[in-house]
Amino acid sequence: MSSAHATSTYVPKSRLAKWFESRLPLVGLVHSSFIAFPVPRNLNYFWTFGAILIAFLGIQIITGVWLAMHYDPSAGNAFESVEHIMRDVNYGWLLRYAHANGASMFFVAVYVHIFRNLYYGSYKAPREVLYLLGVIIYLLMMATAFLGYTLPWGQMSFWGATVITNILAAIPVVGDTIQSLLWGGYSVGNPTINRFFSLHFLLPWMIAGVVVLHVWALHVTGQNNPAGIPIKSSKDAVPFTPYATIKDVFAVVVFFILFAWFIFYQPNYLGHADNYVPANPSVTPAHIVPEWYFLPFYAILRAVPDKLGGVVLMFGAVLILAFAPWLDTSRVRSCNYRPVYRVFFWVFLVNAILLGWLGAKPPEGGYVLASRLCTIYYFAHFLIIMPLVGLFETPDRLPGSILETVTGPGKQVSGSGMPAGAAAEPAKRG
Amino acid sequence: MADAGPQGTKRDFLFLATGAGLAVGAGAVAWPFVASMAPDAATVAAGAPLDVDLTPIQDGQIVNVFWRGKLIFVRKLTEKEVTDMKAVPLSEMIDPAAFDTRVKAGHDQWLIAYGNCTHLGCVPIGHSGNYEGWACPCHGSQFDAVGRVRRGPAPTNLPIPPYAFETDTKLKIGEEGGKAVA
Amino acid sequence: MRIARLAAAALVAASLGAGSALAEDGHGINPPREKWSFAGMFGRFDQAQLQRGFQVYKEVCANCHSMRLVAFRNLAEEGGPGFTAGQVKALAETYSVKELDDSGAEKERPARPADRFPSPFPNDKAAAAANGGKAPPDFSVLAKARTYERGFPWFVLDALPVTGYSEQGVDYIHALLTGYEDAPKGSEMPGSGYYNKYYPGHVIAMPPPLSDGQITYPKNEAGQPVVPETIEQYSHDVSAFMAWAAEPHMMARKALGLRVILFLILLAGLLYYVKKQVWKKVGGEVHGLQPELHKTY
Repeated sequence: MSSAHATSTYVPKSRLAKWFESRLPLVGLVHSSFIAFPVPRNLNYFWTFGAILIAFLGIQIITGVWLAMHYDPSAGNAFESVEHIMRDVNYGWLLRYAHANGASMFFVAVYVHIFRNLYYGSYKAPREVLYLLGVIIYLLMMATAFLGYTLPWGQMSFWGATVITNILAAIPVVGDTIQSLLWGGYSVGNPTINRFFSLHFLLPWMIAGVVVLHVWALHVTGQNNPAGIPIKSSKDAVPFTPYATIKDVFAVVVFFILFAWFIFYQPNYLGHADNYVPANPSVTPAHIVPEWYFLPFYAILRAVPDKLGGVVLMFGAVLILAFAPWLDTSRVRSCNYRPVYRVFFWVFLVNAILLGWLGAKPPEGGYVLASRLCTIYYFAHFLIIMPLVGLFETPDRLPGSILETVTGPGKQVSGSGMPAGAAAEPAKRG
Repeated sequence: MADAGPQGTKRDFLFLATGAGLAVGAGAVAWPFVASMAPDAATVAAGAPLDVDLTPIQDGQIVNVFWRGKLIFVRKLTEKEVTDMKAVPLSEMIDPAAFDTRVKAGHDQWLIAYGNCTHLGCVPIGHSGNYEGWACPCHGSQFDAVGRVRRGPAPTNLPIPPYAFETDTKLKIGEEGGKAVA
Repeated sequence: MRIARLAAAALVAASLGAGSALAEDGHGINPPREKWSFAGMFGRFDQAQLQRGFQVYKEVCANCHSMRLVAFRNLAEEGGPGFTAGQVKALAETYSVKELDDSGAEKERPARPADRFPSPFPNDKAAAAANGGKAPPDFSVLAKARTYERGFPWFVLDALPVTGYSEQGVDYIHALLTGYEDAPKGSEMPGSGYYNKYYPGHVIAMPPPLSDGQITYPKNEAGQPVVPETIEQYSHDVSAFMAWAAEPHMMARKALGLRVILFLILLAGLLYYVKKQVWKKVGGEVHGLQPELHKTY
């Protein structure tokens, strides 16, 4: 790691610790990243979602590995093996419901994390790479979730796999090849579920790898904060441990209450009843919709009457996120100080929820028109509103320091604090 | 955290209680994962007793059957083998066991034993070795005609599964005294 | 925040409008919501009802509908109908299952508790052929495989404590069993098929399976039936039985859930206090930093 604070303040005490530290400075790395790391003292609870997401990545990987001990990834046995887990394996129902609902909770948390990032302008310099890594994680999560949803081999699994692989067939020139490589046959079948299981097992480890990079990048630039201004003196920050640690643990436990509610009392609420019908290649369910977290993109896909066009817009809707750092022309990060853009942010959020709702509706009549309008607005937000508002908006006066946002202006605070320049300087943009 | 006085004590207690709560929670979460690796309900229920018809088995023949997924040897001893096995002195054995303890009373000719070597689980080859019994191809252990280990490295005799004779020609493995073994 | 509230209100208004405009999209009427002993956070299966439901399944439904994921032993397992191990063994022995003998030929043997319910047809194709081209659905998870749309805002309330609702499938099954009617005047009925108020499309291939007095329930000591022998009661009982079959560990799940959630709330309370203690020195309300705070730097 290379940044102002990377030189660890960790001093090994015992001889063994010194011996080890001089050979592999692991303890020092942990110390500088998770103990002494300076955290802006004005962070609100939206900043605990990173910890919540890491918790859920862990839960998904562990429950997933355990489910794989009992699951049979074949077209003939998958459905029954899932029911075997539900009925016969000790606490199998708990493992499966935790994994299935864990995926949904993972997306709840990631959406809060993404919208927090958009509201407070965390994607802006100098955090572009940190942000791009986040977009990659989101893409990998979507792929993993889709693959996982096919594995119970119910009707929704089968038809979801069929629809999504047909989407890929729309890619010009190579589409058909990609499709048949995914299928391993002439339609979705036994080879497909075999490889989907393999990939579903692989991708989470790739997510974990990118998460390491994401956290690394975070520790290089330091965290953004609700004021969107950098740490200027030690008085603006608190050490990660115990301050952020205890707050994160508290938030994770509170979020687990929601998680537990779904596992134990509404375990099938976020799923589809049709997925308890074994896959049947000759009957498509009446309403075929993806999991709730894909609904906005599904609405965009269906808003376009052209197959290739729909696919391009759907992928574009995710990829356009990656350009946000360069589409946003404002020098101010936080929407707290952007009176005009703040309104557009909330409209964008509502528009996204509306798209999700439309994605669950049949593609008929007024719903199609509404989907088209919402799709246009979605892209307009990034391509028109983001660049223009930044140019014409007069932002509110920014606070002098992070401390000032906590204690009120003009308050003098005594005490030796963190070394100045503990976090990276903000890029000067003009 | 070196506050003195009752305020500090109360706070320290709550910190401790919270830490204990987190530890208990983590422990409780681990339990379902461990429990899920134990044999599941279907596997446990499937270990129903197994019927073996003895009529087709010839003198000296060894028949392999499976119960609960485990290999079991059913061996009909010859008259000579019975006499020889009764005559082996206990002092010559690694895991001394009298002939009577290896067969059921009144059914001297029938040895029923698990078919995996007690060393590391390979299947010994029948009618081989120096003791009219089995020789293990993996590490050279040898068993006699009633499955007693006579040469190492195997430490113990081939174990005997629960079984009962329904009639002289019908065997029920997995049942003892008229009750299925759980 | 005011804008957020306005936006939320607008969203609610918009979706309500759109919802009512498109509510009648030809999927029939919603099943009535029944009372179930197993609904809600503290819901428990009624053992006597599950036993009666099994009787209905066995005497009526099982002639066409398989239940291939359920084993006889499940009937004696905790949280289920509560038959004794002996009853289950005796019940299993009245069925026969096929297995291969030593020569590789198929032979029949009496079923054991570990065996699953034998299916009425040897395979799906035979089931379809005997039932006009469509195999009667398997019952094992049917109570979870059926549902109906509740629309906004009900679907939000359905997820919450107190107003929570997850018995749509059972309600649908009960409604279907009791929903046979004469076709309304002027509606065209195809040659084979029966009019059912709650079936999507209203034309169902299954003839009305239940009739009043069809099944004789066990009597109490005075020789009186404990519950009425009516379609309504049969339908309730078999629906409850199917709810159990689809989710045999439901009672264990709800009981564990209560403990987990109470534990988490307690732990969150403790953590909140600890967090407040830790942040006392720097928190939003407390002004001024303590000098010792940054000693680690």
